[in-house]
Amino acid sequence: MSVIALDQKAKDARPARETAEARALRETTPTHWFPYAAPHARGRDVRENAFSFRGISRKFGDKTVLDNIDLDVPAGQFIAVIGKSGCGKSTLLRLLTGLDRPTSGTLTVNKGAEGQNRTRIMFQEPRLLPWARIAKNVEVGLTGIAKGPQAHEQSLAILREVGLADRAKEWPSVLSGGQRQRVALARALVAHPYILALDEPLGALDALTRIEMQQLLERIWLQQAFTAVLVTHDVSEAVALADRVIVIDHGRIALDIDIPLERPRRHGSPELARLEGQILDTLFGSAA
Amino acid sequence: MMKSTGQSLLHSGAAILRNGTGWLLPALIVLAWEIAARTGLISPNVMAAPSAVAEAFWRLLLSGELVRNIGVSTARALSGFVIGGSIGLVFGLANGLSGLSRNLTDTTLQMVRNIPHLALIPLVILWFGIDEEAKLFLVALGVFFPIYVNTLLGIQSVDPQLVEMGRVYGMSRATLFFRVILPGALPAIFVGLRYALGIMWLTLIVAETIAASSGLGYMAMQAREFLLIDVVVLSILIYALLGKLADSFARLLERLTLQWHPAFQTA
Ligand SMILES: Nc1ncnc2c1ncn2[C@@H]1O[C@H](COP(=O)(O)OP(=O)(O)OP(=O)(O)O)[C@@H](O)[C@H]1O
Ligand SMILES: [Mg+2]
Repeated sequence: MSVIALDQKAKDARPARETAEARALRETTPTHWFPYAAPHARGRDVRENAFSFRGISRKFGDKTVLDNIDLDVPAGQFIAVIGKSGCGKSTLLRLLTGLDRPTSGTLTVNKGAEGQNRTRIMFQEPRLLPWARIAKNVEVGLTGIAKGPQAHEQSLAILREVGLADRAKEWPSVLSGGQRQRVALARALVAHPYILALDEPLGALDALTRIEMQQLLERIWLQQAFTAVLVTHDVSEAVALADRVIVIDHGRIALDIDIPLERPRRHGSPELARLEGQILDTLFGSAA
Repeated sequence: MMKSTGQSLLHSGAAILRNGTGWLLPALIVLAWEIAARTGLISPNVMAAPSAVAEAFWRLLLSGELVRNIGVSTARALSGFVIGGSIGLVFGLANGLSGLSRNLTDTTLQMVRNIPHLALIPLVILWFGIDEEAKLFLVALGVFFPIYVNTLLGIQSVDPQLVEMGRVYGMSRATLFFRVILPGALPAIFVGLRYALGIMWLTLIVAETIAASSGLGYMAMQAREFLLIDVVVLSILIYALLGKLADSFARLLERLTLQWHPAFQTA
């Protein structure tokens, strides 16, 4: 029942968030960002779905990893996926990004505004090409979309956004782990994805860098308005960033709650702690 | 003024010393060798004095014989290398990229690899006589395997996560090959290249010594018949020099193409 109640609250909370965000955008966004802000996703009353899973199952041999999953994600939503190790979170993302096919069920992924299916995935590792300079690595994100000076310009613009414009000419090997992950984020974002899937992208970072990256991710999501699917082990990260959290357990969606809190959210606030507790209860059972 | 000049002199002197220390020992050895030869400690039938080798070098240089023979040997080495190396590279790439190709040829190639190619010399002489083909064949065969094995290894060791990343970003097969797979395999290919260069000279020396009518090895064998120890020593030194030159060239190429590699970053 609490799920329904939360859902109700979320609907009320949404316009409030958007006004706050619009104000923040007007006040803080550097002018060079405007060409990048894609207005298609949010600010609509009736939101289309970015993607939907209908009865999706994925089996490896006789092992059922995902079991008859139904999931609709509205465009522009920030959804976090939580679950124990090996529960099929990465499998879900691989299905979404077309790296894997479901055993049964239908998966509909909406095309982006440009009519192109720009679903991007960011992995736990940066996966940069060691033999390409930072700017070139970011340009990989524009494969088949832009080339030459135009691609270079776009990659510099997005690097500026993640705070690494001055490192554009360096090799990945000289960057720190957090910086490399920021380059990977820039590469994923440079072509303005419609959906961005993130597979524990911050898992390997230290606590401080993590918080910094979370803020960066939130800021860019607010600006670019893509649909974000964040897989994470970290429940507090999920409630701090997402509009909605789902918990996967035994191949099914065990919990699906909205996080109707205004942004920017403060780490350690009581509402966050309460939602966190609810999620942990689902994961480990409240009896424990 | 005086003081600073003196100091800078001192500094440059120290720099020469520092950079030159590696050459100190060889210079001493050559000096001791010269003295030993002059005083008769080493019989001229056993070993030529450095000065005699230098004389022979000058003599052969003037007659044009040296340049011609070096030219002949280098041409043989390089053409054998190009033939064997490119076949090795093609097979390495094909077998690294295609499972079908690997299943078809790899076992056979690995079996042939266990035959020491120099053991084929008698057979090769029977087939080709002592013509150019014999040397080309041996060098190409010797060079083939290190290039093949290392190219295959290089491609197989390319990080599959990077390949997956390339796919997610919609790289075509050609782009994936040139942007991800080939650069990833390059360090291993260079290992094969440098190893192959060593084998190239070794094979050529053996082949020219046994069956040839021109080239450095032939020159050395001729000199042996006439007991010209200085010429024999000279050809050995030139072989060493050519080998070193080839290796330095490969290193330079490596440094230029693998700039991204932490091992090659100087700063
Ligand atoms: N290609 C595959 N072949 C066989 N089994 C697989 C394959 N890929 C995943 N699995 C299995 O599917 C299950 C879910 O894997 P998945 O990688 O999706 O887990 P995860 O939730 O992402 O775990 P983690 O949090 O540790 O990353 C695991 O038990 C795994 O062994
Ligand atoms: Mg995973």
